[in-house]
Amino acid sequence: MKSASFSPVRGILMLIVAVFFLFPLIWIVLMSFETNGDILRSPPRLFFSPTLHNYVSLILGKLGGGVGTMTVDYMRNMMNSVILSVCSVVVSLILGVPAAYAFARFKFRGGEDMAFTLLSFRFAPPLLVLLPLLRYFQVIGLYDTYFGLVWVYQLITLPLVLWIVRGYFEDVSEDIELAYRLDGHSWLATFFKIAIPLARPGIAAAALLAFIYAWNNFIFALILGSSSVQPVTVGALAFITASGIEYGQIAAALVLSVIPTLVLAIFTQRYLVEGLSLGAIKG
Amino acid sequence: MSFLTVQRLSKAYKKQEVIQDLSFTVDRLETLVVFGPSGAGKTVLLRLIAGMIRPDRGNIIVDGRDITDLNPEHRHLGMAFQNFALYPHMTAYENIASPLRSRRIAQSEVDQRVHEVAKLLRIDHVVSHLPKALSNGQKQRTALARSLIAKPNLILLDDPLRNVDAKVRYEMRLELPQLLRARETTVVYVTQDYKEAMALGDRIAVLVDGRIEQIATPREIYERPANSRIARLFGDPPINLLPVSTVPGSQGAQIRVASTDVALPGGAGARDGCVLGLRPEDVAVGFEAQPGAMPVEIDAVTPLNDREVMLLRARDGTEIFASAPQGHMAGSGQRGRREAWATLDLSHSHFFDTAGGARL
Repeated sequence: MKSASFSPVRGILMLIVAVFFLFPLIWIVLMSFETNGDILRSPPRLFFSPTLHNYVSLILGKLGGGVGTMTVDYMRNMMNSVILSVCSVVVSLILGVPAAYAFARFKFRGGEDMAFTLLSFRFAPPLLVLLPLLRYFQVIGLYDTYFGLVWVYQLITLPLVLWIVRGYFEDVSEDIELAYRLDGHSWLATFFKIAIPLARPGIAAAALLAFIYAWNNFIFALILGSSSVQPVTVGALAFITASGIEYGQIAAALVLSVIPTLVLAIFTQRYLVEGLSLGAIKG
Repeated sequence: MSFLTVQRLSKAYKKQEVIQDLSFTVDRLETLVVFGPSGAGKTVLLRLIAGMIRPDRGNIIVDGRDITDLNPEHRHLGMAFQNFALYPHMTAYENIASPLRSRRIAQSEVDQRVHEVAKLLRIDHVVSHLPKALSNGQKQRTALARSLIAKPNLILLDDPLRNVDAKVRYEMRLELPQLLRARETTVVYVTQDYKEAMALGDRIAVLVDGRIEQIATPREIYERPANSRIARLFGDPPINLLPVSTVPGSQGAQIRVASTDVALPGGAGARDGCVLGLRPEDVAVGFEAQPGAMPVEIDAVTPLNDREVMLLRARDGTEIFASAPQGHMAGSGQRGRREAWATLDLSHSHFFDTAGGARL
């Protein structure tokens, strides 16, 4: 492999790209340590006296705005986000991984149509189905429940898991599975001991993506739940108050909401880069 | 006593018959080599026996037991694959031990048996490695060890030497027959290398387009090929296939090959408009005119192992291969076209039908 040689031009270009993408993030982090007064000062100052006030009030749930204080249970929103995202991903993996295997290995009547129907959930704008869904949910009692939201989140996460993992299963050589079965293992053992471990990078990638999509979802939770189940994406709206926008607290809320996804991405990274076939098959 | 019996087996994919009404038997402890060009259905046949795919019709009987409808895990076969098919996330040790794990054998015995078979295949120094750390030769030895360890009565080998380098292939070609004999097992071996087929097979089944065209010992196939196609598949350089006609008035004692009349030894069944099959080693080349010899030009000379292969061109343009031990012909190595004389030794000749290629 040819190693990329370092040239000044290349370095400068990479710096520009890095600044372009990282600047908003750094700005948000800086904002989260400023008071609203510092943020709104014009021209902005690079040096200010940092304060933890935004974080403290978020965690305590008491917002000190311009006029008086109001309570916003942002920590509860965080908790809701974690519950909704984790449950959605777990349910999607339990349903999606075996389904992906079936789609990858077996040709059955209507199989392609089913797989495509699941994918088509990703094309339709959510608003198209949301209002009727709201009526159903109110009637059958799923409105404002974790169960109901996790169910609807499957529209986002299940197709993702299914289609990504399917591709990885297709790349696992059938010969390896046949060899394992000829060794005397059942197909179930083959699925768990051969297919799943070999598709693990794909499963990790799909789970991570599904988690991010679930975490960032806004519209489903906005309409199908009240504040008791709503995640951070909806919760952050509370900082746009009648007396003004609490920029500092929004920034702090955003920084907090990014942390779980960031940690998860770093943690799954080593599975993502892990090669698939690891050299057991002659190409 | 036949150990493996394949009865009228058929398999089609999208109306394309890949295996057509195939029947054969393999005796206990015999090694049957299934030989054929790529696309002949060799791998499909092996997969049918292994149970990975189900036949449309027909039966497979092993040791008196009909296994046609059994799942692969209940067939108790050993198999090694062209692409090795090792489990990439397990060490060579666990790969080899896999058939014992499914039988829930005690760890101490697993340990002993893995080391025994690894030693036999000379890989006991690398059993702790993952497959990616093994050379191709070691990978195939690991795969063979895995197929042997549970002492199956029938072993299927799907072109196992295809992806190893020439040196390892040569070693294994010598080593494998001993190894298989020592394990006392019946073997079905698939290959598309005729040398491998000749070296390893007690018998060879020649598979072409999903049908067995000939099933016989290697010697028989080489000496009495059932048709011109099989004759061409065995031998390097390939057999010469030359159209012949009988010389009028000679009562079949003379035939005309490449515009030259050649005397035919008694008994050979030539007829007008058939094809003569003549191995290159039965064509002698000299630089002096001899009675009955054919005037030719030497177009090219290439060394092949300890022999020299010559491409000859007869006066009418017919190309003929000849081969002779190296140094046998003084001056044959000189460059450029040269005039020479070819003498055809027809005592080992074959005659085939022009249309169907069937042996006459």
